[in-house]
Amino acid sequence: MSVLLSVNNLKTWFKTDRGLVRAVDGVSYYISEREIIGLVGESGCGKSVSQLSVLQLIPTPPGEIVSGEVIFDGHDLLKFPANGPEMRSVRGGKIAMIFQEPMTSLNPVLTIGRQLTEMLELHLNMDSEAARERAIELLNLVGIPEAASRIDDYPHQFSGGMRQRVMIAMALSCNPKILIADEPTTAVDVTTQAQLLELMKDMVVRFNTSLIIVTHNLGVVARYAQRIYVMYAGRIVESGITKDIFGNPRHPYTIGLLACVPRLDEPRGRKLVPIVGLPPNLINMPPTCAFLPRCPYRIERCQQEPWPELRLIDGQHYTSCHVDTREK
Amino acid sequence: MLEKRTLPTDFTEMLPRVSEFRRFRRVFFSRRLVVFGLIVILALIVTAIFAPFIAPYNPYKMDLSRKLLQPCREHILGTDSLGRDTLSRVIYGTRTSLMVSVIAIGIAGSIGMTMGLLAGYFGGITNMVIMRFTDALMSFPMILLAMVVAAVLGGGLKNVIIALGVGMIAPYCRLMCGQVLSVKENDYITAGRAIGASNLRMMLGHILPNCFPPLIVLLTLMMGTVILAEASLSFLGIGITPLTAAWGSMVNDGYKYLLTHLMLSFAPGLAIMLVVFAFNMVGDGLRDALDPRLRGTL
Repeated sequence: MSVLLSVNNLKTWFKTDRGLVRAVDGVSYYISEREIIGLVGESGCGKSVSQLSVLQLIPTPPGEIVSGEVIFDGHDLLKFPANGPEMRSVRGGKIAMIFQEPMTSLNPVLTIGRQLTEMLELHLNMDSEAARERAIELLNLVGIPEAASRIDDYPHQFSGGMRQRVMIAMALSCNPKILIADEPTTAVDVTTQAQLLELMKDMVVRFNTSLIIVTHNLGVVARYAQRIYVMYAGRIVESGITKDIFGNPRHPYTIGLLACVPRLDEPRGRKLVPIVGLPPNLINMPPTCAFLPRCPYRIERCQQEPWPELRLIDGQHYTSCHVDTREK
Repeated sequence: MLEKRTLPTDFTEMLPRVSEFRRFRRVFFSRRLVVFGLIVILALIVTAIFAPFIAPYNPYKMDLSRKLLQPCREHILGTDSLGRDTLSRVIYGTRTSLMVSVIAIGIAGSIGMTMGLLAGYFGGITNMVIMRFTDALMSFPMILLAMVVAAVLGGGLKNVIIALGVGMIAPYCRLMCGQVLSVKENDYITAGRAIGASNLRMMLGHILPNCFPPLIVLLTLMMGTVILAEASLSFLGIGITPLTAAWGSMVNDGYKYLLTHLMLSFAPGLAIMLVVFAFNMVGDGLRDALDPRLRGTL
């Protein structure tokens, strides 16, 4: 498996009235062909911003991609002008994205058929008839009943789950190399979530697409992702293959996260262990580890030295912590 | 991994189909005044198109031997000081009124909406420049601005159209810009950019259709205003030259004989009132039908 996309030291900052927000502060990751990776972290840790930065969809101002590179197909995507033809052909054509809110991610005044065919016409130069046929095919594929007649419906005539299916169909319509799913199931109920995730997995296997799942739901990544990146306050604090992250978490934040997931197979009466404190305010952060104030493992060294870089601990398992958490 | 895996097709997810058009029709036609306005407007359009067949006389033919006649059998509304048939002139006046208002609104709408779209979409410095220009336009009352333009360019049909068109750019630009700013924030706009659509495609294909309902309402309401403004300009004598049959100049012509020949001013005045009222009613009805939040207000 060769590396398809690699993001190196990406920094996206927002200049606000109250100070500089380092939403993404030196994030590096890669994804190989036909791989499913998960990007996990709590709200506001920079997961979505890092993904939008890859496609240069950050509203500027206030946001700005300060440094870093996004290597895809031998090119650095960040070198292309944000609205230039190269970037546009990547968006949707080679890297597609599914958004969090299916209720608002479809244009309410265009039929779903129009929105699907627009993409096919843009990237594959199909004529309108071929595009329409292909669109019906795609809708069938994602499990929309009576696709041929529903293609002329408007988004408000679809329920949330159905709209997310349409979004999946749209995203995959041009055979992208990578599909970025930005919290694809947050806004739908649990049964629909499961259906959509299965569907998405089936689809990426069928289309040979790599999938980046961005989520705060550990259950989702545990089941689908092969490798996991854990983000905290704009940085990746731990990464590794799924089995290692869940079986042998090494960063205090990951350990804390896993401890606060309720499990069915536990003795009754065990109390959940929350991570104490609140996520840090990203404005004007100190150079030390952002998790320090909440960390139960902290040592003297953490207060004095800056946030450590990721270090390899074994195999593919990286963590950015001075402390060997196994000792406690 | 689960063994049994079929593509789930949950039919209960399907919503009953509602026709937006049927809902629109129901609300729109439920108010009698709106229907009345619509009928008046349709009658106006028919009159304008078929004026030569409806009018009993040539509106431009002077006959000084039959000047200033009171309403009688041959001349239902009488004749003016040059012996022209008032009814025929009122009928031909619909042509002038409609033409002026439609073209003027077309000019104002296309320029104003383009400016508003650009200002709202690009924001920043573009927005600043366009909006300050709009502010400058808006600081004059519309009729005053039109008067200045008409006075500079001189009278005549073409110049009145230009004057009114320029005078009305600002409200369209403002409304459009506001609409774009609010539509732009929606997720589907980011989603549209994420499928690789260009700026032009985003503006015309995705944002513009979402801005339409309030613009259509403004378009209709403005029709009444423009007809009134055109009549005012003509009445003041800096608009359409008295030779052309136009309601405003007819009122002006007739008011000298107001005490003796009431119909000369009254008939075109009534026509103006009726048409402005009709356009306002239809505009109001459209607003109610297109915007659920305003339902039930007059």
